[in-house]
Amino acid sequence: MTVTLPYDTAAKFADYAHPEMIVSTEWVAQHLGDPGLVVAESDEDVLLYETGHIPGAVKLDWHTELNDPVTRDYVDGAGFSRLMSEKGISRDTTLVLYGDKNNWWAAYALWVCSLFGHPDLRLMDGGRAKWIAEDRPLTTEVPQRPQTSYPVIDRDDKELRAFQDQVLAHLGKPLIDVRSAGEYTGELLHMPDYPQEGALRGGHIPGANSVPWARAAAEDATFRPRAELEAIYQGEAGLRPDDDVIVYCRIGERSSHTWFVLHHLLGYPHVRNYDGSWTEWGNSVRVPITRGESP
Amino acid sequence: MTAATLHPRLQEIADDFHAVMGQDRLQLLLEFSQELPPLPARYAEQHDLLEPVPECQSPLFLAAEVEPDATVRLYFDAPREAPTTRGFAGILHAGLDGLNADEILATPAEFTGQLGLQDLVSPLRLRGMAAMLGRIKRQIREQRG
Repeated sequence: MTVTLPYDTAAKFADYAHPEMIVSTEWVAQHLGDPGLVVAESDEDVLLYETGHIPGAVKLDWHTELNDPVTRDYVDGAGFSRLMSEKGISRDTTLVLYGDKNNWWAAYALWVCSLFGHPDLRLMDGGRAKWIAEDRPLTTEVPQRPQTSYPVIDRDDKELRAFQDQVLAHLGKPLIDVRSAGEYTGELLHMPDYPQEGALRGGHIPGANSVPWARAAAEDATFRPRAELEAIYQGEAGLRPDDDVIVYCRIGERSSHTWFVLHHLLGYPHVRNYDGSWTEWGNSVRVPITRGESP
Repeated sequence: MTAATLHPRLQEIADDFHAVMGQDRLQLLLEFSQELPPLPARYAEQHDLLEPVPECQSPLFLAAEVEPDATVRLYFDAPREAPTTRGFAGILHAGLDGLNADEILATPAEFTGQLGLQDLVSPLRLRGMAAMLGRIKRQIREQRG
């Protein structure tokens, strides 16, 4: 029987609505090797893990492992079970995720794991950058974890995921567009520096407020304290904790970061990620689009 | 599908990638990223002589120099935190640096699809490598006038 690992009791985390969803680099350093813990790295750059990772950490590849190889969708229950089993992750494992770029992709991986309801998921605050900045150990050694038998759990897309027809029905209710300012206004058809990942039309979903995702992160890649997050999302964007909110970006990765902030750090119960995002909306026929700076 | 004819040096790199599978292919890409030589001082000190390649996911700068005998020298700069982009630059350096201008211009654009990396690296990233090759060829043509 596995004992649940203790939560990180750092004062900053205690302010968050769900402090059990986040741990510090210090906590990870102290608990590395504990039975029941698996640390997984998920990066945008698919080679970063190979250049060095937290000792004992496994790699979780967003591109090749979390997506269905043919249909634009995530793996199904059987695929997720196979993936977790191969990584040596059990249903009762405490799975701590971390990665590059302010945990952008790690938050995405955490969101996908949440669709399968993995019970104990946590994000390492500050991600890979903070671990390295603190001169903590890295290794290129790939751990060989014994294979587990992860149950087949059907993916539940109802609570945390939104599809295009649901977004259309949601128009008029709170939406947060987390892309860059240029993408939001429609000036850019792609992310700055990612010109190939575009859409046919530029702009945003009518009514969506613009809050670029990285505003939730401090200089050292950690999440901002709760009061600062509230000032951004409640003060500036006007959200209320009981709102039914949909967040989106380009393919749903950057908005996973904002989903984590709203749902777990600020504790909003109804937050869905629209992973079709702008690569679906901006390419769809006859869906409404707003250009310019106003929602 | 007929694969376009590659220069023997590039063909050897493509064969090396096809000789291994999955994780070992990524390891090979990592080795190319590690073997990318540092910039010579004249570029390191005057970075704006290099051309940016915005199609890459991470900052990547390059320069192609055509010598009087038509030999081409290639220079790349990419940060260590971007090993995939560095790996692509490393492949192009290992495969093309020191060839003559015509040999490089004859390199098919679809070469980047012949390394067996499609299943490991998203197509958008691979297009970054194609963009590097495209810019190298343009620089060569410009210098030849």
